[in-house]
Amino acid sequence: MATTTDILPSRSGNGAGGRLSSWKRRLLTGDDIAYLITLAFAVGVVLLGVLLVLQLWWQSSLAREKFGWQFLISSVWNPVTEQFGALPFIYGTLVTSAVALVVAVPLGLGAAIFLAELAPRALSEVMTFVIELLAAIPSVIIGLLGIFVLVPVLRIYIGPALQSVFGFLPIFAGPIYGVGLMAAGLVLAIMIVPFIITVSREILLAVPADQREAALALGATKWESTWKVVVPYARSGIIGSVFLALARALGETMAVTMVIGNAPLVSTSLFAPGNTIASVIANEFAEAMGMLNLQALIELGLVLFAVTIVINALARLLVLATTRRGSTHP
Amino acid sequence: MNIRTRGTIPVLAVTLALLGLLTGCSQQKSGGPSGVLTLNSAGSTLAYPIYSKWFSEYHNIHPNVEINYASIGSGGGIQQLRSGTVDFGASDMPLNDKLLGTFSFKIVQFATVLGAVVPIYNVPGIKTDLHFTPQALAGIYLGNIKKWNDPAITRANPGISFPDKDIVPVHRSDGSGTTFVWTDFLSKVSPEWKAKIGSDTSVSWPVGLGGKGSEGVTGVVEQTPYAFGYVELIYAIQNHLAYGLVQNPAGKFIKASLDNVTLAAQSAAKDLAKDIRVSITNAPGPDAYPISTFTYLLIPARINDSSKRATIKDFLHWMLTDGQNDAEKLSYSPLPQQVVDIELKQIQEIH
Repeated sequence: MATTTDILPSRSGNGAGGRLSSWKRRLLTGDDIAYLITLAFAVGVVLLGVLLVLQLWWQSSLAREKFGWQFLISSVWNPVTEQFGALPFIYGTLVTSAVALVVAVPLGLGAAIFLAELAPRALSEVMTFVIELLAAIPSVIIGLLGIFVLVPVLRIYIGPALQSVFGFLPIFAGPIYGVGLMAAGLVLAIMIVPFIITVSREILLAVPADQREAALALGATKWESTWKVVVPYARSGIIGSVFLALARALGETMAVTMVIGNAPLVSTSLFAPGNTIASVIANEFAEAMGMLNLQALIELGLVLFAVTIVINALARLLVLATTRRGSTHP
Repeated sequence: MNIRTRGTIPVLAVTLALLGLLTGCSQQKSGGPSGVLTLNSAGSTLAYPIYSKWFSEYHNIHPNVEINYASIGSGGGIQQLRSGTVDFGASDMPLNDKLLGTFSFKIVQFATVLGAVVPIYNVPGIKTDLHFTPQALAGIYLGNIKKWNDPAITRANPGISFPDKDIVPVHRSDGSGTTFVWTDFLSKVSPEWKAKIGSDTSVSWPVGLGGKGSEGVTGVVEQTPYAFGYVELIYAIQNHLAYGLVQNPAGKFIKASLDNVTLAAQSAAKDLAKDIRVSITNAPGPDAYPISTFTYLLIPARINDSSKRATIKDFLHWMLTDGQNDAEKLSYSPLPQQVVDIELKQIQEIH
């Protein structure tokens, strides 16, 4: 922008006519056309986001007025008496996403390191292809697999095993139904792991070879150069991939709904049923009868938007903080 | 490289969506000149199979009439009717006076076919059809009846030995006409249920797990030993699920079938003559299945476009007479003659 305004007056001597013809000439060279078109696209997308939020804001006016901030801390969700609170859904969204990250980050990062640094090139290409296919599986299919495979395995094997070892922890207490927060978290982990692997692998591959050579020249082993030089160098990109995956986990609907048990509860146990913001909206929106019920659901959409923004802001801060500390990073 | 290639997919999707929008618009406009009258409707998913059959059959008889139906759910149908984007709506739950008050125009409601809701369960070792009293059903979903060997269940099933296991009640997590009928029945038979929970398309369940859609409830029940759930009769029939018998007010245990659901409507005919919205759960007939319900079409009482008005009236007449013959083929119960007579008169309210 700055360059265009600077150049315009200097080239076109005086008078509007001269300015116009100069503008026309420069338009014909294509640079300005490209500039304007891409600007329009960028502004359009931003505008779309703004309109979305405004629409959610307007459409939830009744619910916002009636419940105020109480909406965020109340855990009652009763369409009959028209009392609505978002707490169990916010809680379920955060807990399932956290479980997904705890499982998916080590798994995804480990796999990415192997594929980028340790595996033979041919093997790496084939495995990456298969992993990318995993990302293309529709979420409803993953949800079905969740119900028919993961849930029974959780109920019969994993759940009781965890409980017998860690049963003293409140997060592994209580009856095991199979469906619940844990099942939802694991299904989400399956869905986001391909993102973390493929993006992290690309970032690790982009680390300049001289970084590795320098480490090796100093006497580092292969693993030392990978873990102490290459991974820290790629840290901010890897964190970025994790938060991209987290964004997907926060908004996932179908697969979660099918295995979470859909009860608006705030329970410490991961075996207990719960619910997430996205899944309650998908569940109730089509058949919501009362005006207030509908508006409360739209307000939940607004809350999900806010949660995503807060988490993204935290991600930015984290990336900033770690890049400043990372001495190897340029 | 990967990020690049993936980026093209959303672009493609947006392009396709835009194309879809454009063609969608042009289709809607095509109604006028060629003499084809297009009616738009939306609502109930439960009744979608029969409605799509009716609309296509009616189109075969009257090639100049095309009725589009979007099965987006009863709530969505009501929304769209209220905002005037469809010509008529469809709902599994009749509109009560409070909901009617949110409309700027009058609405005539037509019961179209009947459905029912049946209990399903997964008790390892028990293969016979179990009997349930209304009190047992309410107790299970209130959390008062916790074990399968509770006397409220065993007394109705002499000769069957029940395990000392916790019942896992499963309900619909999505808003649904099925839940409305189920909770409407429980409200009628249990004062405690009525006071604490009430009836709606989704309610605040005191206990249990939620499954999305009939397939979700069935999936959770099949995957969870000692679980208990409810689904529509049509879903149970089409998927060959075993389901339980429910005791009606006459004291008889009834296994839901297309016939005894119609009997429920027949036995409530006197009340229906006064108000077609009367709930037919717990109907008094000696052989009536107690958890039965209508599904409704919602028609604006005043239709300004005279050709649309005539077409809708003609369709309603056809639906109440010839159309009823299609119901049983699709596992819905047809309306009893008494209800058909009431509604044929009701068509005149549209002007």
